[in-house]
Formats: sequence, structure tokens, C-alpha cells
Amino acid sequence: MDWIEYRLPIMRVANQHAIQYPAPRNMNFWYMFGFLATIVLVNQIVTGIWLTMSYNPTAEGAFASVEYIMRDVDYGWILRYMHSTGASAFFIVVYLHMFRGMIYGSYQKPRELLWLFGMFIYLALMAEAFMGYVLPWGQMSYWGAQVIVSLFSAIPVIGPDLVIWIQGDYVISGATLNRFFALHVIALPLVIVILVFLHIVALHEVGSNNPDGTDVKRKKGSLSEEEKTKFKIHEYYTNKYDIVDDIVPFFPHIVLKDLVGFAFFLLAFCYVMFFNPEMGGYFLEHPNFEIANPLKTPPHIFPVWYFTPFYAILKAVPDKLGGVIAMFAAIIALALLPWIDRGKVKSWRYRCGLHKWNLLVFAAVFVFLGYLGGTPQENWKITASQIATIMYFGFFGLLFIYSKNEKCKPVPARITE
Amino acid sequence: MSNVSLDAHDSSGTENQPKDNSRRRFLTVATSVVGGVGVVGAAVPFIGSWNPSVKAKAAGADVEADISKIEPGQLIRVIWRSKPVWIARRTPELLASLADDEDKLKDPNSEEAQQPEFAKNRYRSLKEEFLVLVGICTHLGCSPQHLKDGAFAEYVEGVQEGFFCPCHGSKFDMAGRVFQNVPAPLNLVVPPYMYLDDNTILIGSEEGAA
Amino acid sequence: MRKLLVLLSLLMPVSVFAAGGNAHLDKADYDLTDKASLQNGAKLFMNYCLGCHQMQYQRYQRTFADLDIPVDLGSEYLMFTQEKPGEHITNAMPAESAAKWFGAPPPDLTLVARVRGADWIYTYLRSFYKDDSRPFGVNNLVFPEVGMPHALQELQGIPTKATEEHMVDGEMVERHVGLKSDGTGVMSTEEYDAAVLDLVNYMVYTGEPSRLQSESIGRYVMLFLLVLLVLVYLLKKEYWRDVH
Repeated sequence: MDWIEYRLPIMRVANQHAIQYPAPRNMNFWYMFGFLATIVLVNQIVTGIWLTMSYNPTAEGAFASVEYIMRDVDYGWILRYMHSTGASAFFIVVYLHMFRGMIYGSYQKPRELLWLFGMFIYLALMAEAFMGYVLPWGQMSYWGAQVIVSLFSAIPVIGPDLVIWIQGDYVISGATLNRFFALHVIALPLVIVILVFLHIVALHEVGSNNPDGTDVKRKKGSLSEEEKTKFKIHEYYTNKYDIVDDIVPFFPHIVLKDLVGFAFFLLAFCYVMFFNPEMGGYFLEHPNFEIANPLKTPPHIFPVWYFTPFYAILKAVPDKLGGVIAMFAAIIALALLPWIDRGKVKSWRYRCGLHKWNLLVFAAVFVFLGYLGGTPQENWKITASQIATIMYFGFFGLLFIYSKNEKCKPVPARITE
Repeated sequence: MSNVSLDAHDSSGTENQPKDNSRRRFLTVATSVVGGVGVVGAAVPFIGSWNPSVKAKAAGADVEADISKIEPGQLIRVIWRSKPVWIARRTPELLASLADDEDKLKDPNSEEAQQPEFAKNRYRSLKEEFLVLVGICTHLGCSPQHLKDGAFAEYVEGVQEGFFCPCHGSKFDMAGRVFQNVPAPLNLVVPPYMYLDDNTILIGSEEGAA
Repeated sequence: MRKLLVLLSLLMPVSVFAAGGNAHLDKADYDLTDKASLQNGAKLFMNYCLGCHQMQYQRYQRTFADLDIPVDLGSEYLMFTQEKPGEHITNAMPAESAAKWFGAPPPDLTLVARVRGADWIYTYLRSFYKDDSRPFGVNNLVFPEVGMPHALQELQGIPTKATEEHMVDGEMVERHVGLKSDGTGVMSTEEYDAAVLDLVNYMVYTGEPSRLQSESIGRYVMLFLLVLLVLVYLLKKEYWRDVH
């Protein structure tokens, strides 16, 4: 063991980043979604590898090969449902993880870069999910791809040529399917794994935030022995700082806490997977059980639920280019949160009432936009989605204004629970 | 996450040591065991999915062959599990000649356990007249050629008919028995088969076997 | 934790079937565990549907196995082509001429229950009515201008649209009130409804042949996870006892 350790510091890295990593002891259930996202990522990669063993990435064979997996491959249906349920589960945990970051101010200084890496993961994940949804080559795969790829035609001058270049044909075709398959199974997963690695490195460099937003690190030499943590923490951290007696080691305390969350998560996940894999048409859309037909558009096209908030923003703007810009702006605004929020206090616990309301309304607006984007078009919904879009951006505008001179409650010096 | 490492970091350095370590140890072991069962269970679909699929099984299903139209001395080929299977109708003269050169064979009585019980004899078939063989050389998987009317004598003196593998020169007689001094280690494989009636054989299943 | 549940429930609105048409759909009360019903549905499908519609992703053998039909009986009474039991349920109708006859090639029905929903098929097959303006002399309440003849006419007959005259604002207005059997079918209305339900049951089965297996495995998995949850929770409690 020492022979290996001398050449490859496995135990040192494990101690530094997993076992003896200091984590605030007041981390509540909101802090399990990062762990869950990692688990789901592993699930997607492993089941994905197994699915490619039986999947046929051609326009002629894709749809039939999915049914082949569902019927002819031993346990194929379990692998496929693990993957399809995993895709939606991924977005559920990522959205909750992001909202956690927003309510406790985890994007604020010094965690701006951490937040940015997270946003890049989110973007890569959306591209990954979109391309994955094309692969079964059902009606929604085809027409969803048609709509999303057509977004690029809104770009002035080069738009139409760009669309043909992306498709590799004059329409969405087998060529498009082939390249999406390549990107889905290797290129984007690789990008996501690298980004996740950077996300975790950045997190461990600045340390975990917590529901109080109180720092658990102090200047070296400023704490008495009594105030320091009694747990064994890796010297990488203790050499730089004094660490307050408000932390627990990541292992076993945080790991066990996360495992409890993981067991809850598995219960929900397996319930969907075994009893309700279509989730009422949200996780697997009904029209996608019909093979892609370039001559017949389904009566209602929606993207899968996790894209619908942005789809609603796209539809709300009565201008093609404007809609596309608004949609991307909605994501960019999220990415710029560390600079839009000029407040000094992190957690919503100690920020003004307006901030709490602003966050809750934002979450509600986001869900409402998702509803609007995922249900058939009706007249009232046009106005509703325009109002909701304004409210979506209004969140950032308001935050920018009130955070400058916000009246906050005093943040406790030590963790309160 | 073995229980060893759990104990190793077992609140080392905390002021209040746990009063009762046995409960902690019991829960750790119980959770590890149950978690381990879960991991094994989760592995089942991944391992199971590598079995031949229903499609492969359907493609590898038993094959019926009509033998009523085979002339004496003729050999037909059928495909079973994507492999060539030969059905040869042997003339009485040929059957009689099988005994002549048994001293040149490696395993004249097919003692090596690699075929149905009924093939452990000179003729290696259910009915002496009809020989059924998997047409794959037991050396490295090439398909040997059927040489007859004296063409085989070029390879084995005095034997008029047999199988010769062009890849590495293995030689077999008309019961699929391998000659000495060739690379192939074993006789050609007799597949499981049975007679459905006098004119039809079913390749893939044996009488009595499931 | 309560907050989390509220959030989760917000993220998953109630299910809506996005099937076309706004007609009211009758509830198809099918039962995948009812083998007799499934067998009857398979028989109806092979006799009345397979002439035009294939189930090209479903194999005969799997169907026989799942429906408790012995292979020799199945091959004799349910297979009309020279296929082997291991093959898919297909017909010999060339897609091009089919498109010419019906305007569009008849869709594959393996997954139709997952596309349209059981209720839709159940209602659709009971909603054909006489309409001489259509090429096949029938129209459908659920699928107006449908390009399909009434395949089950032999069983149901051809219902007519029943109308009643009502006085509305001083004018007599014809209002559609339902379908009336013409009595030419060999089945009574109740028998026909039951037969269609069997057929729907069979189509729900072919849409997802793993459904029953999935639920029985799922129950064990959920039980196992509950045990795991309790153990992990106790272990976590045990370790967190000495923090604070």
C-alpha cells in the first residue's frame, strides 16, 4: 500500500476531499441534491453504456432497436427505464440543487466560479438531454429536434446555413441522428464529467456554504483550542485556517446523511421506474411511442418537461429572433446571479422579507412557465406566459436594485443549530 | 465503505466517546450487508442483459431439415445458429469402408465427451445412413471442404472420401473423425438432433432432452 | 422535508393525455392479469386487425408465453401465415398499395395503447357509425373522417347516429345524442363492449409486455428499499448522536 501511496496519493486525496473534508454540521436536506446528482450521473453513464450495446443509431433501425431493448433483451426494459427515469430525475435534483444555491446564497463571493461551473454543467446537461431524446426516433424525437434545431435559423445571415450544417442534411435525418448519437454517448458525457470534477475542486477550495451562510473558517491562530473542532480534519485545511467547532467530517457524518436522502430518492425513483415510467406522459411522452414520420406533425409538440419553462419564454416573445434571445437570456441571467446580487449576506434567513418573497415568487413563476410551455396552446396562455416571462426577468431586476442597500438581520458568528 | 474504515474514524477526537459501540457496530454491519445485497441486485440486469436476446434465440432456434430428397452419396447443408450443418447420406459401401482405416484416426470411437451419447461409435449418427455434423473444424473454426470420388485420397492414401480443412490442413473421414498428425484436436461435432419422422430431422434438440 | 414534498408535487402536474380530438372518452377498465380476456383479445386481433395492421415489434412466441397459450395451439389457431412462432406478428400487405387503398398505410399497432391510451381505443372502436359520404360507408365520432372501414362490423353491425329534435329559441334543432345499433351484428351491445375491452386489454399488453413483471419486481424493490432506509436512518442517527 505504501508503495502505491508513494507514487499515487490515493489515500491522501481520499482523506483530503472525502473523509476528512470539513462540512458545516447544519447542512440540511437541501444539501443532498449534489450527492444525488452525482449518483444519477453515474446511473446515466452506466445504463447508457449498456443501452448502446443493443441500440442501433440509424434512422431505419433506431425505433425498432428501442423496442428490441424493451422486449427481446433480457432486463432491457429495466435498463431503459433506469435511463429514461434517470434523465428526468437528473433535472429534478439539479433544479433543487440550484434553488438551494439561490436561497442560501451559495453563488456569492467566494463561490462565483463554483456557480459558473454549475451553470456550465446545466447547459451541457440540457444539450445532452436534448440529443438523448432524439435517439429513440419517435415522433417527439423528430419534431422536437426539428423545432430546437430551427431555433438556430433565427440567427441573422448565417442562420439557415447553420441549420443545414447542424442537420447534415436538408431535414432532420439519419445523418443528424448519427452525429447526435456520437455527441450524446461520448462527447457531452466527457464534458459533463470534467465539469463536475472542476465543480467539486472549486467547492473544496472555498469550502461548503451552509443554511446560515456563516463561515466555519477563521484566520490562523485566531481561535482558542476550545473553539476549534475536535474532529480529525485534513491538515490541508487546518494548516491554512482555524476551523470552528461547527463542522463534521464528510465521512461518515455527511455521507450517512446523504445516504438517508439517497434511500428516499431511490424509493421515489424505483416507484416511477417500476410502476409509472411514463409519469403521465411527462417522462416519456405518448407521441414518442410512434415512429418518426417527417410528413406528419403531432397535434401538440412540447419539449420534455425540464425544458418547458424556457420553451414558454421562447413562445411568449412575438418575434422569432427575440424569442430565441429571451430564452438564452433567461439562462444567462441565472449564470450572472453572483454579480446581479450585490448583497453581502448570503442566506435568505437573514435577508429582507422582500428577498424571501422574490425567491418564492421566482420559483413559482418558473414552475408556472413550465406548465405553460408543456400544455397545448390556448389564448389566455399567451398573455400569461408574457406576464410570467416579465416576472422571471423581474426577479433579477428587483434583486439587483434592493440588494445594494438591503436591510439584513445580523448573521450569527457561529452556526445556530 | 467497509466497516473497518468506519470504525477507524469513529468520532476520533470527539470529547464524548460513544457509550455503546456494539449498537454502532451492529448497524454498520447490517447496513453494509443490506446495501451489498442491493448492489448485487442492481447488477443483475446488467449481467443478465448480456445473455442471447430473444432475437438471437429465435434466430438460433431448432431447424427442421427434409432428408427425403437427398440422393445416396449426396451432402446437403443447412444453417443452424448461423453455422453450417452438413447432412450426408452415406452409401453402404462407404459405411463399410469406415472400418478400414481406423488405425490412422485419433479417436475412432469418439471417446472425447463433446457430442450426444449416440455418436460414440463408428458411424456417429442415429441412423447409420445419415450423417449429421456441424461443419466447423475443431481446430480454429474454418469450414472444411467435402472431397469425394477419390479426391480425398490425395490427402489420405486409400481413403476415397472425407473432409479437408483448407485453413490448416486438418483431415476428417466420412464420420467426421479426425486423422492423426493434423492440427485439429477433436472429431467434428455432432449437433443434438432427432428424427421427427422418417423424412424429417430436427437439428437443435435431442430425444429426451429438454 | 415538507417543503421538499410540496416542491416535488409542484414539479409534477397531474397527467394529461395529449391525444387528438376532443370527444368524451369512456373509461377502459382493462385488467392485464386476466389471461382469458387477453387470449380473447389476441384472437380478435389476429382475426380482425392483422389483415391490415401489424404488430411488428411483438413476437408470437412471447405473446403465447405471456398469455399462457401453448405454442402448438397458438400456432394452429392464431397464426395464419407461414411464419415461425419466434417471429414478429406481421402481415404480407405491401405498404405502398395499402397507402393507396386507405390513403395512408395502416399504422403498426404494437404500441398504439401507449400512443393513444386505452380509453381512446376503447371508445374509438365503439364509435363507428353509418355515413354514406365516406369511402367505406362509416365515420367515427372519436376520429372524424377516419380512413378505416369498420373492421368489427360483423360483430357490432353498423350503428347509426341517433338524434333528437329539441326546441331551442323557438326553432327545432337536431341534436346528436348517441349511437343506435342496427341489430345486424352477431353480438349484443354488452357483448361487443366486452369484446372490445378484451382487444384493448391485449393492445395494452403488447404496448408494454414487461408491465406485470415490472410491478411484481417493483414491489420487492420497494420493500427492500424501506428496510434499507430504516437501517441507514438508524445508522445516521447513531453517528450524529455525538455531534452537538
